[in-house]
Amino acid sequence: MKKLIVAFLLAAVPMLVMAAGGGAHLDDADIDLGDQASLQRGAKYFVNYCLSCHSAQFQRYNRMARDLGLTETEVIENLMFTTDKIGDTMKIAMTEEQGTEWFGSPPPDLSVLARARGVDWIYTYLRSFYVDEKRPFGVNNIVFPDVGMPHVLWELQGAQKAVFKLEKDAAGNDVEKFDHFEPVSEGLLSPAEYDQVARDLTAFMSYIAEPIQMERKRLGVWVLLFIAVFFVLSYLLKKEYWKDVH
Amino acid sequence: MSMMKNFMGWIDDRYPMTKVWNEHLAQYYAPKNFNFWYFMGSLALLVLVIQIVTGVWLAMSYKPDAELAFGSVEYIMRDVEWGWLIRYLHSTGASAFFVVIYLHMFRGLMYGSYRKPRELLWIIGVIIYLAMMATAFFGYLLPWGQMSYWGAQVIVNLFSAVPVIGPDLGVWVRGDYVISDATLNRFFALHFLLPFILAALVFIHIVALHKVGSNNPDGIEIKKGPKGNRWSDSAPADGIPFHPYYTVKDIAGVAGFLFLFAAVVFFAPEMGGYFIEHPNFEPANPLKTPEHIAPVWYFTPFYAILRAVPSIAGSAFPGVVAMFASILIMFFLPWLDRSPVKSIKYKGMLYKVILWIFVLDFIMLGYLGVKPTTDLYKLMAQIGTIYYFAFFLLMPIYSKIDKTKPVPERVTE
Repeated sequence: MKKLIVAFLLAAVPMLVMAAGGGAHLDDADIDLGDQASLQRGAKYFVNYCLSCHSAQFQRYNRMARDLGLTETEVIENLMFTTDKIGDTMKIAMTEEQGTEWFGSPPPDLSVLARARGVDWIYTYLRSFYVDEKRPFGVNNIVFPDVGMPHVLWELQGAQKAVFKLEKDAAGNDVEKFDHFEPVSEGLLSPAEYDQVARDLTAFMSYIAEPIQMERKRLGVWVLLFIAVFFVLSYLLKKEYWKDVH
Repeated sequence: MSMMKNFMGWIDDRYPMTKVWNEHLAQYYAPKNFNFWYFMGSLALLVLVIQIVTGVWLAMSYKPDAELAFGSVEYIMRDVEWGWLIRYLHSTGASAFFVVIYLHMFRGLMYGSYRKPRELLWIIGVIIYLAMMATAFFGYLLPWGQMSYWGAQVIVNLFSAVPVIGPDLGVWVRGDYVISDATLNRFFALHFLLPFILAALVFIHIVALHKVGSNNPDGIEIKKGPKGNRWSDSAPADGIPFHPYYTVKDIAGVAGFLFLFAAVVFFAPEMGGYFIEHPNFEPANPLKTPEHIAPVWYFTPFYAILRAVPSIAGSAFPGVVAMFASILIMFFLPWLDRSPVKSIKYKGMLYKVILWIFVLDFIMLGYLGVKPTTDLYKLMAQIGTIYYFAFFLLMPIYSKIDKTKPVPERVTE
């Protein structure tokens, strides 16, 4: 009987390990949410580069201060540009109509983007802008083709072009497939430094997508320990009661 | 002590408290040979309670309004004290409910718990399962994410596929021509109502169970066996009082279950995108169809059956019929099984192989229901669908010709 149960459970495993799948290859974001310095840098980049067009309308400044180990004064003085109330959420002045007029569609709210797209997607997206004169802002993106957004971080990264190679698809037609990037102009940062900026930003976006996630895992350990002890006691109780059942 | 006795006496004169306690717990004799699979009933009850309690608390902060719903869920996740925990308990509880119920139904399938005299017990169970599916369907719209919206769109469109009355039926269900604020509002009302109907059905299920008595892994009627045990001369010899024996055993089962449940709640609440789907973190957008619409995992076997059946004259109605038939056919199970024995333990190799392939088939259909259709997957889903129905429809034949083993007089193990 036990074998049958195991076989049954094993049969269900492939369903659970199945990846989300599809689209371009994504690089491992390799973020560390325990690294507060990384999150603080991410917050700085976020409010400077993202928060003029994208909102994070569910994230409160004072919550961020508390979770990232900053004082409210530090946040008010360095990270708050759109409001002066620490209890406010990260809203922006740009309206949806303006966004549509300027970018084709309103820039999406970024509160829970990391949960919709995944952190690897964000990390790869931030590093995958390339020069494409056919686009309104002169750039395109490998993981988000024909994206409406300009490369806001180009100053830091510099410009790069994408090299494609021809491949045959299943039907035998030639298709262009992305191969690698080649630098066109240098940015203020080295490639390794830029990757770290992208990583910090990704970490911050992962944080705002679920501010409780670190606390949740910390608590979870204690909850599981408690239940484990409870299980042992309840099992012993059961054994004691069942001694006389034959 | 005597004060307690006086108090109970006062109650018992006015309400059959002690009588109910004895009839359903302290002097309800259950077979002594229950195994792992018999935890699922009490666990299902536990999950129902978790769902109702967390659900009521979620409703205190949730806003069933197309403009506010998505934000109110994030408000619960961030600004409501312990809101994140209540929400994850509820979202994980939905999936856990189906895990437990599928195992519970499979237990019935293995040990023939649907056979005489338990036909009505089984039928009430299938009604509970239907009510559960409806509850889950209504509830899934409430977070108002992309998958909530488009999932509901796909399912409601199934009703629109009904010939003649279809389009009107769709409008009647939605309260609008598309899924909209009106739909969200009524789905919230129904999602709040149904769990209480579910609780009433569970009560009826237990009343029916206690009338006929529990089956067991041997499929032996302990009531027909010898009488007399340590507690009573008239009770079945192979029975033990539910309380305290199975209450303490079920507490251990609850602890084991809660360990797994908490592991998901605290460490993987999205469960890789199966318990909370990734596209549902994007607010519902009626103008933007997601690349791939898949229902939540517990509906996917039936969704695979729906997609496997070819359309006739551009109408998906045959698929819809097949999908509903795949669930309704369960009602007939008690009369399809013609085996002289109840439990799989005493059934022959033929039945065992057919049953386990059925399990794999159900899992395969579930997998295919998640994936986008390809030619190969479609063929696999069609074969899977044929097997699914053959399992039920051919049961009168293979259960009869199967070589069974002799059933012992008394329960084993």
